[in-house]
Amino acid sequence: MSNIMVKDKEISVPGETLAVGMDVLPGIGAYREGEKIIAKRLGLASIEGRTIKLIPLSGRYTPKTYDTIICKVIDVGFNGWRLDTNSAYSAMMSMKDATSEFIARGANLTQYYDLGDHIVCKIVNVTSQKLIDVTMKGPGLRKLKGGRIIEVDPNKVPRIIGKQGSMVTMIKDAAKCNIVVGQNGLIWIEGEPLNELLAIQSIRKIEKESHLSGLTEKIKEYLEKNGKAKE
Amino acid sequence: MTYKQRIDGRGFDETRPIEAKVGVIQRADGSAMFKIGNTWAYAAVYGPRNLHPKFLQDPQKGILRCNYNMMPFSSSGERVRPGGSRRSKEISFVTEKALLPVLNLDEYPNSVVDVFIELPQTEAGSRCAGICAASMALADAGLEMKDLVCAVSVGKVADKLLVDLDYSEESYPDGHVADIPIAVMPNSEKITLLQMDGEVKKEELMKLLEMGKKACMDIYEIQKKALKEKYHEVDV
Repeated sequence: MSNIMVKDKEISVPGETLAVGMDVLPGIGAYREGEKIIAKRLGLASIEGRTIKLIPLSGRYTPKTYDTIICKVIDVGFNGWRLDTNSAYSAMMSMKDATSEFIARGANLTQYYDLGDHIVCKIVNVTSQKLIDVTMKGPGLRKLKGGRIIEVDPNKVPRIIGKQGSMVTMIKDAAKCNIVVGQNGLIWIEGEPLNELLAIQSIRKIEKESHLSGLTEKIKEYLEKNGKAKE
Repeated sequence: MTYKQRIDGRGFDETRPIEAKVGVIQRADGSAMFKIGNTWAYAAVYGPRNLHPKFLQDPQKGILRCNYNMMPFSSSGERVRPGGSRRSKEISFVTEKALLPVLNLDEYPNSVVDVFIELPQTEAGSRCAGICAASMALADAGLEMKDLVCAVSVGKVADKLLVDLDYSEESYPDGHVADIPIAVMPNSEKITLLQMDGEVKKEELMKLLEMGKKACMDIYEIQKKALKEKYHEVDV
């Protein structure tokens, strides 16, 4: 009979025994050694049926296929662009994936995306050597003009977006800003300066209090209180 | 000559008071502080990040780079000359080797994890404090690890076997002194660092290792507590 030694949503440190017994399975962030299930990173233990997995609390962004991310152009080559993904690896975007426009042979690619431009793109492939291919073909994928970029903890992005985007939509409406949230922890905000500030402050608040329940209500209250003061 | 009592009055198998905290450096990806008596270590972890120069890159797995640095006025004696020295280079090297067995960097080919260990104040046992801080900081950085690493120094002063030697004991004038820093993976009880300065008998070494492992278990509890405390409120 198996014995689960942690509570659901309890913080576990690497090397900690989460459960003993063969009828429990290790999920992401855990491994088996003999009878034991052991944590292999710092995270929240989450028990789902027979599996125990760890939800990461910290760490850099690791690129994943189908993630929508915000990237910065760091190099322009003959047939594509190299992008900084806010992770340990840079991404490559080929000419073919960049635009549906016709690009003449030998054209100067900087007229499409120049060095230092920020773009929203989607990861199409990540190899074992962490070579990343991105595309800009898809809804909402574009070059970002104006506005400002802030950096947040990539592990808190799901909280900032909320269920079906509820949280970010709320901020967009209250602060009258355009907001794009990248899975890699970069967020683009565009609006009136004071509104931008309000959006940034509320995002920082979410980041700080991401572990508390009833966060949506709190942010709603915060936006109402501070939004009025600025008008 | 016998060594009857320790100068600060603690037991022979007792460590100095320990304090640990995680998340002390905001800009780092992971950070930790570890104080044992008057030895203070701060560790900051950056990465996995892009590695340059390119010839250092390993396409099989990420690499770990450790940097141990004693601050100029950290020790009680002379001012330490700032920058690297033969000693700091050696300690950086053994720290790296002590931490690598628990780390899994297979997921990060061609990249590097940098660990910077700074010691604003030291009074013996600095490499052990550095390893303790670094292992907490690595866990805080969200890296994949088999276990934490706990380190402590053990040794022999005159005829007594001790845990966690302080400076007065390390430099005990009238008698034989051996100083043995060890690092242990607490769950498997495997040793990842074992150095020795001085001489002890084989049986004594075995006894010392047992004492060291026991002290490491106490340190492990402190490290675990510090790591959990950072995310304390998550536990709702």
